[in-house]
This record gives sequence, structure tokens and C-alpha cells, in this order.
Amino acid sequence: MGIPEIMKQMEYGPARVDPAPARDWLDRHGAQFGHFVAGAFTRPGAETLAIRDPASNVQLATVARGTAAEVAAAVEAAARAQKEWAARDGHDRARHLAALARHVERNADLLSLLGALESGTPLRELRRLDLPLMVRQFDHHAGRAAVLDEDFPGLGPWGVCAELLPADASMTVLARTVAPALAAGNAVVLKPAPRAPLTTLAFAELCAEAGLPAGLVNVVAGDAETGAALAASGGVNRIGLAGSREAGRDVRRRTAGTGMGLALELGGPLRVIVCEDADLDAALEGVAEAAWLSQGRIGRAGVRVLVAEGVEDRVVARLTARMERVIVGDPLDRNTDMGAVIDTARRDRIRDQVARARAEGATIAEGRAPEGWFHPPVLAPATAPASLLWAEGPRAPVVTVTSFRTPDEAIALANNTCDGLAAAIWSENLNLSLDLAGRMAAGVVWLNCTDALDAGVEFGGCRDSGWGRAGGDTGMRAYLRAPVVAGTHAAGDRPQTADGRGIADLPAAIEAAAASAGWSLRSGSSRADILRRVAGQMSDRRVELIAGLAEAGAPPVEAEAELETAIRRVAWYAARADRIAGRAVSTEIGAQALVMPEPLGVVGLVCPAERPLLGFVSLALPALAAGNRVVAVPSGAAPTPALELCRLFGTAGMPGGTVKVVPGPRDTLARTLARHDRVDAIWYVGPAGAMIETESAGNLKPTWIEAEGARDWMGADGQGRGFLERGTRTKAIWLPRGA
Amino acid sequence: MPDTGHSAGAAPRNPGVPLDGSMFRDVRVNGPAAARRADRIGQARAVEAEHRAAWLVNAVRLVDLTTLSGDDTAGRIGRLCAKARRPLAPRIVEALGIGGLHIRVGAVCVYPTMVPHAVAALDGSGIPVASVATGFPAGLMPLDLRLREIEWAVAQGAAEIDIVITREHALRGDWAALHAEIAAMRAACGAAHMKAILATGELGTLTRVYAAAMVAMQAGADFIKTSTGKEAVNATLPVSLTMVRALRDYGTATGHRIGFKPAGGIKSAADAVLWQVLMMEELGRAWLEPDLFRFGASSMLGDIERQLDHHVTGRFGAPHRQAAS
Repeated sequence: MGIPEIMKQMEYGPARVDPAPARDWLDRHGAQFGHFVAGAFTRPGAETLAIRDPASNVQLATVARGTAAEVAAAVEAAARAQKEWAARDGHDRARHLAALARHVERNADLLSLLGALESGTPLRELRRLDLPLMVRQFDHHAGRAAVLDEDFPGLGPWGVCAELLPADASMTVLARTVAPALAAGNAVVLKPAPRAPLTTLAFAELCAEAGLPAGLVNVVAGDAETGAALAASGGVNRIGLAGSREAGRDVRRRTAGTGMGLALELGGPLRVIVCEDADLDAALEGVAEAAWLSQGRIGRAGVRVLVAEGVEDRVVARLTARMERVIVGDPLDRNTDMGAVIDTARRDRIRDQVARARAEGATIAEGRAPEGWFHPPVLAPATAPASLLWAEGPRAPVVTVTSFRTPDEAIALANNTCDGLAAAIWSENLNLSLDLAGRMAAGVVWLNCTDALDAGVEFGGCRDSGWGRAGGDTGMRAYLRAPVVAGTHAAGDRPQTADGRGIADLPAAIEAAAASAGWSLRSGSSRADILRRVAGQMSDRRVELIAGLAEAGAPPVEAEAELETAIRRVAWYAARADRIAGRAVSTEIGAQALVMPEPLGVVGLVCPAERPLLGFVSLALPALAAGNRVVAVPSGAAPTPALELCRLFGTAGMPGGTVKVVPGPRDTLARTLARHDRVDAIWYVGPAGAMIETESAGNLKPTWIEAEGARDWMGADGQGRGFLERGTRTKAIWLPRGA
Repeated sequence: MPDTGHSAGAAPRNPGVPLDGSMFRDVRVNGPAAARRADRIGQARAVEAEHRAAWLVNAVRLVDLTTLSGDDTAGRIGRLCAKARRPLAPRIVEALGIGGLHIRVGAVCVYPTMVPHAVAALDGSGIPVASVATGFPAGLMPLDLRLREIEWAVAQGAAEIDIVITREHALRGDWAALHAEIAAMRAACGAAHMKAILATGELGTLTRVYAAAMVAMQAGADFIKTSTGKEAVNATLPVSLTMVRALRDYGTATGHRIGFKPAGGIKSAADAVLWQVLMMEELGRAWLEPDLFRFGASSMLGDIERQLDHHVTGRFGAPHRQAAS
């Protein structure tokens, strides 16, 4: 085309990046890959998967499909390497991670090109977002490794950590799990998504080149079966999954009762609240960025926009216009905003959702996309909560728009979902924004920005978006554990009173606790006041409480000691309640991130059979101090002391419904707690951990399981900040600065 | 005007409207978000090879070739106008195959007393002369003298007048005073097109930039322009984004198309592409024509010519091999 011709339309023209570095790498390996185990590629066996470039539907390579034996070999290699790695000091591990960061940086071209080729994500976006984040993860965690002993005294690595990676944003997820895992002294076994294993394999090779000990980073390629083999492998100590909710529930059930650590990042649509006073252009650009330009890959889903009625028309009109300028096409072209959908199955699922929504009567606008494995951007205005798109959650690249009248209604609508990953709030009113951010059921809230991520700031969700945090202090802590104590403190399970009363009472108790949100909304100081009064009341009623314990079978000296410890424990948590605080992190993008601890909601407690008073106090107080409501199943052998203390809570001024004690058959009640969707977490002491973890998969509630007698409740083990941490999760609120 | 199929030409001028605070008082521009979008626009679009050459040639058509120096003379203006008539060396024009487009710059922009020299030097070229006026660059002269200055420059043959606003009105939020002042200037311009310079580097916030831009358009500006080139901070992408969105919103409300002119600090061929991309992404093709978009630049043309030279020869040019202005 001649220049005068081009000047007529002023199109951008092609700007395709030559994928030579990726092609060379593929050629060097003969386009056939085994796994990466103990520092080298294995020879591919008989079973392989074909990896295709979704943009052109051309085969890129074949990759082995991991068998149980291959998984076992990788886990074994990891276990060998881990012992030596964990024995090194923090400085040494830091040096290796920093070297890896530099090597990843040098090979950013290779990784981003492979990523674009195998996943269809635009190269430009991978270069802009994923690769810098990846390098930053290894740099940041090199620093964490250097000071780990001071930051987390007494904790050690899990051992072998398995990570099941998603097809989208695989490098981001890989980096934010591998970096802290290695910093903590773990070894990893990675299982990439079946469609997109190449970047993960290339990364493992880079690890070896950068001088990491052989076996520290292993990759077993394969599909869901390979992942299941990994979860079933006895040698894995902790498993992390970023993927679908079905996959999350599946892993939860498979690992139930194994004692394996588990973190689930299950994604979900981004929710965006656009207030009347927002910078509307900025807000809709944020929507376009999250849903279309980054292909929704942070939560691996679409975007739900909630917009003030007064500005709804303008927002929809401008979003429609914005959508028309989104360029869908070749992922290697620098002008491409949206690339290919990773496979036809996923493209068809998007098409199907849009078609069914249309059939239901929705008016849906679409942008333009080429033929093939592409899907145009989609905008669905006037989406009601009682609609298919709302109920299913929009798939990327679908954006739904729903209007609200008041801030309260915006929050009610935003939280009318099982999703709990991320939200964005657009308003020029900081007070209102912070209020909305605090009330949003989400692990990440962006104020006047979208998709901001940093290795130093916690990322992760709540509700069906899973639990666990990557990044920041919490993310680092997640790859460490306290030394495992063998259960030597009691004779094990004690006889239960088989009184069935509680079975009928439990659902009402749970509803009452769920309805009394007041305790969770109070300030720490107000909670501390009441807990101090509880301690005072306990001192005042010393005689009756000791008598109660004696009646339950404790010798008088023991009963007195138990009460004394319980009073001190209540006072200790009262003091802590007033001091639960978050932190502010300065990030590279010129934003402050407030990392705030939040209560989980309603915590179901199943108390130890021994120490009928102190056992209850040891579980209930940290949960309450952190702001949770509690439904507790007391010691089956002696429920009365817990019931009596519960009455004192009321006398001390704690709102009704905050604590409910329901005596009865332990595991029957525990099952109900685990199955109840209004119970947000469950702490269980007893033998039926596997059942609890299996049943909790329903609403993906976090669990804490301990065997009876695993710790001495009378001793220092019986309390601590670790208990409070179990009772909170973090919310990261991002605040960009600037005139 | 070259035939690019997009000569809007005869669209009616913006007559202005009475001051209407509802069009800007509730609009808040978020600084960090605007900075991010500006950043993204730069990264999100790439123009390469032939297309890049075409975009650079188009940029030449959009340049207000400018000299605003205390030591300007008739001779200097003459040289500048010669360059304006023939902005690209004939061998480059020939190699690019754009002889038929008769490429020339958008205008020549000078101080008022230089207008007669420029008018004479550009006689018969069809290139308009733009004059800064109203006590440029600070604008702190009595209003009647500023209006007289406009009238004088127009009488000397200036077809476009670049006025500066009284920053005090914008900084104090005295929008009525600002509207009245600019409306008077527009009246003084008569048939000459008026570009309103907001001196955005001195307005402090993007929200104020948006308001000032909207008031200038309500007062009848044909173009809104970022800077005099004399402020400490010149045309930036976030400021340009804000002004471009203001003129889009004014167009939506009134149906009138307003032009945009970033000025100051725009020096490279890369800038030429970047700002055109901004216009294309935010407003579309029509804003890549000289009736709706101009670059205020003095040294950018040199870099564009050098890059086009490289495009046609594959060699890296030296300034002494290009015609000076």
C-alpha cells in the first residue's frame, strides 16, 4: 500500500513481533518435551499432549502427559533437593533467588513469546504486566529470604510444595507461588495447565541455568489426572491450586485428612462500582483494561459493573464506544488488545453463555473479532441479579452492567454473589470509597485503579474464590509452618455424651450468629473492653466456675489451675484485640496499599474433649478477639463449663448471637457446621478431620484440623498470635496517589 | 489542502454558548488514572515501516511551524516560511511517492510584529499565518490592549490567533470572568480562527484543566491549546487526554467540533506518532486533519524529516544534510 493510500484511513498497520527466540528454543528441544525433573528434561514417554498455538491452530510441540510414576519421581527429586536447600542460610537462598530474577529478566523475550504462542494472550500485555511482575516476585522474595529468620522465628518450610497452574496468567501465578516457596526453603513441583506447559518448562530450565540446585524446581506436565496423582502423592506437603472452582473443590476433597497444606485461588469476576462522582472515563477505561485488554486473566473471568443510576447511560454509551476500538487478533502483533481464546472449547463456552443470555432476553453488544479461536469483547447492559449472566458470573470477555441507587445498595448488589476475589471502586470521595472497600467481600480492592499487583502486597480471595494469600507477609507465612508436634498431651479421644439435643438447635444458632454482624463491625478497642470485662467476671465467679470444673471431673487443684489459665488467656486476647492492625505498603506504581486484617465471619468451633473450660476459651477467644462470631460445640465429655462461660459473655455486654454454644454429639454437629454455607470457617479438634475437610468443600471454607491431644492447652502452645492469624484474612486496599 | 479524503473544511465554526457550569462543575479528572491511560496509549499502539512513514508525513501537515523568540527578524521568518512551503526535501517526497499530496505544514506561528513578514513570505502558498496575541505568554496586560493586539494582528493578515487565558480567573474558579474575557477575544478575532492557550502547566490539577477547557469552548474557541511553550511544564499526555475528552464532551453536548493543539516540548518523530495515536484512540480519524489538530512545534519537523530520510534511504541522516529553517 502506498503512503497516500495509508494516509486516507490512517490505520496502524501490522506490527508483528518475530517469535524467533521462542521458535529457536522449541527447535533446540526438537519440539518434544518430557518433564523437568532433578535439573534436566526427561525423555517423553508414550503418552503425550499436543500443544497448539490457538491463534493459528498450528502445533507448537508435544509434551509428555505425566503418569503417577513420573509424578512420584519428581516429588522424590524435590524432597531430596529440599533438605539441602532448607539447610542453607537465608543469605544464600537470597543470592540464588536474585540470580534467578536476573536470568528471568534476561530471558523475558523467550518467556513472553512462548506465553503468547501457547496461551493466545497478547505479547504486549505479557511484556507489560506479567514479566515485570515475575521478576519483581523473585527480587522481593530474595529480600524476604535474607531476613526470614527474623521475620518468622520458629517457623520452617513445609517441604515439597506442589503448584497446579492455570492456563491464563500462568507466569504471574507461577512466580507468586514459586518465589515465596523457595524463599522459605521449600522445593516445588509444578503442574502446568495441559494447554500451556511451555513457559513453565522454559522457566524450570532457566532455574537450572541460573544455578539453582537440581531438583529444587521440577515440572510434571500433564492434565487433570496428573494433577490428581500429585495431590495423591504422599510426598507432597503443601499444594496450591489456581484454577476453577470445580478443580478447587476436587483438590479439597482429594487432600482431605492428609494433613497437607492447601491454598486455593479460584478466581471470579471483578466487581466494579462506579459512583456518581467518579471520573467516568477513567472508570470505564479500568473496566476495558480488566475485561478486554488483560482478557480478564487476573480472576480468569469477566467483569460485573455496578453503576450509579444517574450516570448509567453515559457509562454504557462510552463503554460501547470503547469496545469498538478494541483490536482482537494476532497475539504477536503489538497493536492487538485481545488475542486468541486458548481453545475452542473455551471459546464455545463463551459463545454459549452469550447465546443463552440472549435467549433469556438480554440485549448484548459485541465488538469485532477475526474468525478462528477468537471471541469479540462483549457488553451486556441492564443485567439484573436474577439473570443468567449474573448467576453464572460473566466469562471473560463479557462485561455486565447493573445500576444501583445508593452506596448501600451498591454493596448489597456487589456482595450478592459467591465471588470474593477482587473489586474496584471508582469515586472521588475518599471517605465513601474506604467505607465501600471495607464492606466489600473481597481480598483485593482497587480504589480508582484496576489490576494493580505487587509482590509485597497480599493477593487472594474469600468465599468461593478460595483462601490463601500470595505476596506480602501473609503470602510468605503461607509457605512456612510451625514444627509439627506429636500428640502426646492426652490419652486421645474421650467418651462423648450421646445427647442429641444440639442437633435440632444448631441451625438456629448458626443463623443467629450469621445475623449478628455487629461484633464484626466493632472497633478492636470496643471488643477489647468487653473481653476484659469477661475476664473480670470470671475472677468474680471463681468459686462457681471451679465447682463446675470439679463437677466435670477435675481434681480441685487442676480445676483451679485451669480457671486461672483461662482468665489469663481471656485477658491476653483482650489485650491483643485492641492491637490488631494492618500495614501500609508503598508500591512501585506510586500507590499505597493498605493491608487490613478482617474477621472471617462465623467460625464454627469443635472444642477438645479435655479441659472443658480452657479448651473452649483457647479456640473461642482468638476467634472473638479477631472479630468473628462463634458457634461452638463444647467438650462432649463436659459441656457445662463452656455453657456457663457463655452466659458470662452476655453479662459482660457482648451482643446476643455473637457466641453460641451448642452441646451434643460432636461429629454430627461438626458435619452440620462443615456443610453449612453460613459458616465461614471451621476449627476442629478431634479424629474426623477428613470428614470435616471433605464436607467443607461446599462453600470452600477454610479449615483448621487438629488431633485430640496434639497440644497442651495449659501451656504456651495453647495461645498465641498464630491463633489470631487463623481468625483473620487480609484485604488489600489499593490507593493510588497523584493530583 | 492535500486530498486525503478527509478534508472536513467547511464545517461551521463553534459560535460558543453562554457559560454553563453544569457542563464541568461535576466533572472530576483522576490524576493517577489519567496518567495510567496516557502511559497505556503510548504502549498500546505501534506504527511501523510504511505505516509509520505515512503517519509521519501526516504529522507534517499538522505542524504549526513556530518561532516565538525575542530575536526573531524578517530574515529569520523568511527562512522559516521557506521551510513551511517545502517541509520535506524533494528527494524524500519523490521516494515516498507523495508528490501529488503537495505536503506543507499546517500554519506558521509567530509573534504579532512578525505577521507582516510571514504573510509576505507565504504569499500564494495557502499556508495560514498564526499569531500569538493577548500579551503572550503571561497575558497580564489590560484587556482592551489585548483585544487591540488581536485586531492589529488580524489586520496584518493573521488568519489564526493563539490567545492566552488569564490564569488567575481559572485558579480562582472565576469562570464567568474567564468566559467573558475569551468571548471578547473571540469577537475581536472576527474571521480569524481562535486557539485558546490554557497554560495547563500553571493550572495545578487536571480537573481545573477540564473546566478551563470547557469554559474556553463555551466562550467560542475554535481550538484549545495546552501551553505557550514558556511554562515550566508543557504539553503532557495526561493533560492532552483531559482536554481531548473535554472537547469530545463539548461536541456531544453542542454538536460543534473543536480542534486541539498540544504545544511545547513536543520534539521528536516518536511524539508525532504518539499524539496522533491519542487523537485516533480518543476521537477518531477526523482529528488527524489540520482543521481539528495541530502540533505547536519548532524542532519536531527536523526529526520527522530525518526519520523519513532514514525510511527511504536506510541511512541515518545528519542535520547538516537537511534544509535548515
